[in-house]
Amino acid sequence: MKLTVNGRTIFATTGGTDFDPAKPAVVFLHGAGFDRTAWRLQTRWFAHHGRSVLAVDFPAHGWSDGPALENIAAMADWTAALIEAAGLKQAALVGHSMGALVAMETAARFPDEVRGLGLCGVAAEMPVHPEMLESAKANTLKVQELMTFWGMGNALHKGGMVSPGLWLRRESLAVLSANQPGVIHADLAACNVYKDALACAAAIKCPTVLVLGDGDLMTPAAKAKPLAAAIAGARTVVIPNSGHFMIVERPDETLEALKSSV
Amino acid sequence: MVEAKFLKPDTLALHAGQHPDPVTGARAVPIYQTTSYVFRDVDHAASLFNLEVGGHIYSRISNPTVAVFEERVAALEEGSGALGVSSGQAALHIAIATLMGAGGHIVASTSLYGGTRNMLGLTLPRFGITTTFINPRDHDGFAKAIRPETRLVLGETVGNPGGEVLDIPVIADIAHKAKIPLMIDNTFASPVLCRPLTLGADIVFHSATKFIGGHGVAIGGVIVEGGRFDWEGSAKFPTLTEPYAGYHGIDFAEEFGPHAFIMRARTEGVRDFGSCMAPQTAFYLLQGLETLPLRMARHVENARKVIGFLKDNPAVERIASPELPDHPDHALGQKLLPKGTGSIFSFDIKGGREAGRRFIERLRLFSHLANVGDAKSLVIHPASTTHAQLDAAALKEAGIGEGMIRLSVGLEDPADLLDDLGQALRAAVKA
Repeated sequence: MKLTVNGRTIFATTGGTDFDPAKPAVVFLHGAGFDRTAWRLQTRWFAHHGRSVLAVDFPAHGWSDGPALENIAAMADWTAALIEAAGLKQAALVGHSMGALVAMETAARFPDEVRGLGLCGVAAEMPVHPEMLESAKANTLKVQELMTFWGMGNALHKGGMVSPGLWLRRESLAVLSANQPGVIHADLAACNVYKDALACAAAIKCPTVLVLGDGDLMTPAAKAKPLAAAIAGARTVVIPNSGHFMIVERPDETLEALKSSV
Repeated sequence: MVEAKFLKPDTLALHAGQHPDPVTGARAVPIYQTTSYVFRDVDHAASLFNLEVGGHIYSRISNPTVAVFEERVAALEEGSGALGVSSGQAALHIAIATLMGAGGHIVASTSLYGGTRNMLGLTLPRFGITTTFINPRDHDGFAKAIRPETRLVLGETVGNPGGEVLDIPVIADIAHKAKIPLMIDNTFASPVLCRPLTLGADIVFHSATKFIGGHGVAIGGVIVEGGRFDWEGSAKFPTLTEPYAGYHGIDFAEEFGPHAFIMRARTEGVRDFGSCMAPQTAFYLLQGLETLPLRMARHVENARKVIGFLKDNPAVERIASPELPDHPDHALGQKLLPKGTGSIFSFDIKGGREAGRRFIERLRLFSHLANVGDAKSLVIHPASTTHAQLDAAALKEAGIGEGMIRLSVGLEDPADLLDDLGQALRAAVKA
C-alpha cells in the first residue's frame, strides 16, 4: 500500500492482507541497500496471524520515492512519522542491520510509539569497510558484491535455501543493483558514523529480542553482546549456520525468534 | 584490496544447492522419492499453503531433490531462482503461460528448435497467443514487430540448425525499451558457454535433457529468472503485479520482488498444469551437472576437430557453424561465447537428400536419433524429422536445406569420430 510520509509517497507491503490499524501492528525495516521483499515470509506469517503488517521501503528504496535519508536519526524520525501516517498509535518494530539501528533509535526516542523490538543482524557499532564506502560513492559493482559476499553465511554460499529453487547470491545482487546512484552510499555512511546504539539501548523499555547469526561477518554475534546487556530484559537468539542475511537464510528460525516479542 | 571470493562455476556445478545430509551423512544428493511431506502441525500446514514459510507440500509443486537441481542451475546461470519441469517444452509453456494469456503476442527468432516453432506457430494460436517470427539478424525487425500486446521476445543463444548466434545484448535493449522481457533458450550453449542473464536477458530456459543431463537418460526442463526485470514499472504483466486469487490476493512483484516470476511459475504453473520434474529425473540431471564444465570443454574441442575435418572434405558442400570465420555470426559468437559456440552444427552434403540418407545410414559411431547434447555423438536429418512440420518456405526461412545433416559431436576419441565420418562420406558420394 502507498502512504504519504513527510509529504512523499512511500510503499509498504502488508503481507497479503488488508491493513487494519485496529490490530497489533508490526513494522519491518530493511537493511542498507535492500527493500521490503527481504521480509517476504515473515510479513506473510504475521499478517495471517493476527497482526497488521507494514514492510516498508525506506525513501529512495524499492518502490518508495526519494530522496534517501542520510542518517539513522532522520530514519527514526521518518519511522515515527510513518507510524502516525498509517493511523497507528504504536507498533512493534523489526529491523535488519541498518533497519535494526533505526528501530532502536525510534524505540529510544519515541517509546510510546514502539511496543516491541526485533533486532536482526545488529551490533553496537556497524563500521563499514572503507573500500565498500569508496565503491558505493563511486557507484561501482564492488560494493554490491562485497555486501552480498560478506552478508551471506558460509553455508549459503553453496545454497540450500528453505524456499525451493531460490539462489540467494543473485537475489541480493539483483536487489542491490536496483538502487539509484548514491542510495547505497547514503545507507552505508549512515551506519558507519552511527555511535548512539548503546545510549539508545539503555533507554529501551519494550520487549526486545536480538536475532543474530553465528556466522555473521558484518555484525558478528559477539559485537551485539553490549547491546543485549544494555537493553533491559532483552532476549538473544543466535541462529546456527546463518550469516548476516538470517531473515532469508534461516527464515523459519528468524520467525520463531520474533514471534514472542512482536 | 578486498574482493568478493564467490564460489566459481566449476565448484558450483558440484556443490550448489546441496549440503551433505545432516541425518545420514549422505554425500550424494538423496532421491526424495515421496509425493508429500508431513506437516509439523495444523498451523505449519496452513502457513506452507499460504507461502508464509518455506518448505515442501507436494512434489508436483516442489521436491527436495528437484530443489537441489533448481538451485544449482540458478547458480550456474546467475539467476535469482529456477523451476525444474518435466521437459524443455514444459519449460517454454510454463514460462509463456506465466507471462500472458489469450491476446498475448510474442516476437520470436525464426531460428528455433522445431518443437518451439510448432508450439508458437501452430499450437498457442488456438489459445489466443500469437507469434511474429523475425530473422535473428534483423534487429530492426524485432523492434518493428513489437506491438502493444507483445509480452515476450524469444530467441535461442545459438540457433538450430543454422548456428545463428543471437545478439542478446542488442535484442535485450530492444525488448527493454518496449518494457518487455527477453527469454532465451540456452540449451545449446549451456551455462558453461554462455550466461544470457549476464548479457541482458531476463529469463532463460533449457531442455535439460541435452547438455545439462548429458547422457541421454532423462527428459527434463528448467526455467531460470534473472531477478532484475521491472514488472511493476512495465505495467504489462498483471499475473505478476495484480492480486491473484489463487493465494488470497497475493501480489508476486510486491511481495517476492526478484523472485516474482519464478514464484508465480511454481505456485500457479506447475501447480495447475502439473508438468513437474520427477525426483529421479532431477537426480540423473544432477549427475550431468557435476561434470558439465568438463564435458562442454571436450564437446567444443571435439566439434572443432570435426569441423576442421569436414571443411576440407570434398563431399561437404557447406558447413553452418559459427566456429568458422565464414559464418555470418563468427565474430558475434566469439564475443558472446568466448569458450566456444557448442558442438551442434549442420552441414550440407553434396548430392542432396539421397546422399544425406546414405551418409546417415553408413555411420557406425554416430547414432541416428532425435536428440542432441549427449555424451555420445549423434546425427539427424532435420528436414525429415525435427523440422518436418515446416513447409518448404518455412524451411528456407529457417535456413534448413533438403540435404542438411545436423551433428551433435560427443565425447569420443576424435580420431574415431573422424574415421567414422570419413568412411560414411566416401560411401555417400560414391553411389
